[in-house]
Amino acid sequence: MDRFLFLTFDGLSRGAVYAAFALALVLIWRATRIVNFAQGAMAVATAYVAYSVSDATGSYWLGFIVALVAGLLLGAGVERVVMRFVDHSSPLNGVVVALGLVLIIQGVLGMIYGNEFRPATAPFSRDAFEIGGVALLSRYDLFVFAAVGAVVVLLTLLFTRTPTGLRMRAAAFAPDVSRLLGVPVGGMLTLGWALAAAVGSLAGMLVIPTELGLHPTAMDIVFISAFTAAVVGGLDSPIGSVLGGLMVGLLLSYISGYLGATVAPMAVLALLVVVLLSRPDGLFSRRAKARTA
Amino acid sequence: MTVVRDRVTTRIASPPMRRRLSPLLVVVAGAAIVVALTYTLPPFRTYQLATVGAYLCVTAGLTVLTGLNGQLSLGHGALMATGAYTLALWQNKFNLLAVGIVVAVLVTTAVGAVIGLAAARLRGPYLAGLTLAVAVVVPSITSTFDETFNSDQGLSVILNPPPESLTVEQWQAWLCWGAALVTVFVLALLTRGRFGRDMRAVRDDETAARLAGISIARTQVAAFVVSAACAGLGGALFAVMAQSVSPGAFPLTLSLFLLMAIVIGGLGRLSGALIGAVLLVALPAVAHEIGEAAGSQRLEGNLALTFFGVVLVVVMLAAPGGLASLRPFKKKGHR
Repeated sequence: MDRFLFLTFDGLSRGAVYAAFALALVLIWRATRIVNFAQGAMAVATAYVAYSVSDATGSYWLGFIVALVAGLLLGAGVERVVMRFVDHSSPLNGVVVALGLVLIIQGVLGMIYGNEFRPATAPFSRDAFEIGGVALLSRYDLFVFAAVGAVVVLLTLLFTRTPTGLRMRAAAFAPDVSRLLGVPVGGMLTLGWALAAAVGSLAGMLVIPTELGLHPTAMDIVFISAFTAAVVGGLDSPIGSVLGGLMVGLLLSYISGYLGATVAPMAVLALLVVVLLSRPDGLFSRRAKARTA
Repeated sequence: MTVVRDRVTTRIASPPMRRRLSPLLVVVAGAAIVVALTYTLPPFRTYQLATVGAYLCVTAGLTVLTGLNGQLSLGHGALMATGAYTLALWQNKFNLLAVGIVVAVLVTTAVGAVIGLAAARLRGPYLAGLTLAVAVVVPSITSTFDETFNSDQGLSVILNPPPESLTVEQWQAWLCWGAALVTVFVLALLTRGRFGRDMRAVRDDETAARLAGISIARTQVAAFVVSAACAGLGGALFAVMAQSVSPGAFPLTLSLFLLMAIVIGGLGRLSGALIGAVLLVALPAVAHEIGEAAGSQRLEGNLALTFFGVVLVVVMLAAPGGLASLRPFKKKGHR
């Protein structure tokens, strides 16, 4: 039972990161109908920048802020320079271009930093508190919950309470009408990519200290887990992606805890297959009918 | 094969296609060129030639799947791993190479059928995500069942020495190119016939294809199975050449490289698959030399990686003709 509780909290902490990452995927999917397969590589790139800054200045938090800013810039840059020019007549084009970006980013990172794992320190202790003799949560877990919670709240406020958020939603759902009404649709797309990439960077900064460390391919498995989370929640649903992220986190934690860590990726694949084949619109999608395009 | 060809002639009274080179001629000429090259090239170049042949098996199958049938697979690296591990296990037990290659192809075909059944129900990014997960899961499988697959170290492959009249490199080149030419020949016949037209019809407009009496799911699964068989063959050949298999030989980037290879050569063309296979061998070699000249180990692999990425992005943005023509009437849906 103690172990179960521990794994539950551990899973929720992991799940919060997957939720943030899945949220970033959903943001871009809603705006552009592209699944950003480069999200993981982009997050790793900003994490490398962040740890370079941290190493140079000795301040983790400066690096943390740099990661978020770098995420904003990288996201905006990728949209303006590459994604804007993708031919959308085939859904494969966006995927292939994003995969090309993955190769570029991983190659450039490897050239600059080398292909070894670099240790990544966490800003808080990862030793769990003991509550009633049971190790449950670490300071770092609390930090993860707070950071992801803040992102979810801020994004919700942005999209539901501000004129900018309204414009972004309008630009995503009816670009032509929005343009006629004076919404700068292109700018909104850039903003959406920038925000999503920053959220992805945050997720990367949160997850990398809990994994093996910094590596150009460090986020591959995280990307798969987050993609699964986004699919579980329905790619169109931000709330679904958060719930999906928590579900995937819990599942992975239980599987790793009881069956061994090496089984976890297979469990993700199995979950992805089951959800895609049975409820391709996600478990929480409001749209009951599958799109038959 | 003859059945397919007969159908073509009865269905199309006057073939509107321009005459192309006969596949048989191409294969015979290709075999002659390869044999000639193996006697003139130095051993290392011959080895590279053999590698091109092994890659060609995979790229040819993948270009049929993605280019002609519109299904994007990022899992072909994993399918190659399936073929390679099957061959390794077989060789270490029976040491009968010819049968082992056939078994590797059959096992990979079966795995491909399973993935293909799921893939036939998915579209666009959903299919890409699923196959990406398949590619990422390989090391996990080898570590979980480490008694069979020996985890990250992988397995060595027992092989008999080549016939005495041949050097190792010559033997490898003959083996790989023999397999590659058979693959290309079979694929050329398949895609020229009814199966090829069915695949194109499904790719271009599923509704119209269904109205024409084509079973969408069956065509897509069949394309995936054929393509998986080719990947299994290529994987088995890589296992033979390296005399070992390990998950590190089949990383996610391998699957992305394969994608790059078929995009750059023109999707859906077997000649494009050959160009891609040559580039897969030539570009890392060039990057290796640049890295050595610069005295930087970091450059070596990563230069090729970056270059492949740039090529993929530039080709897709500047000349998306290949992929753009895949599903012109598709909307953004996934089903």
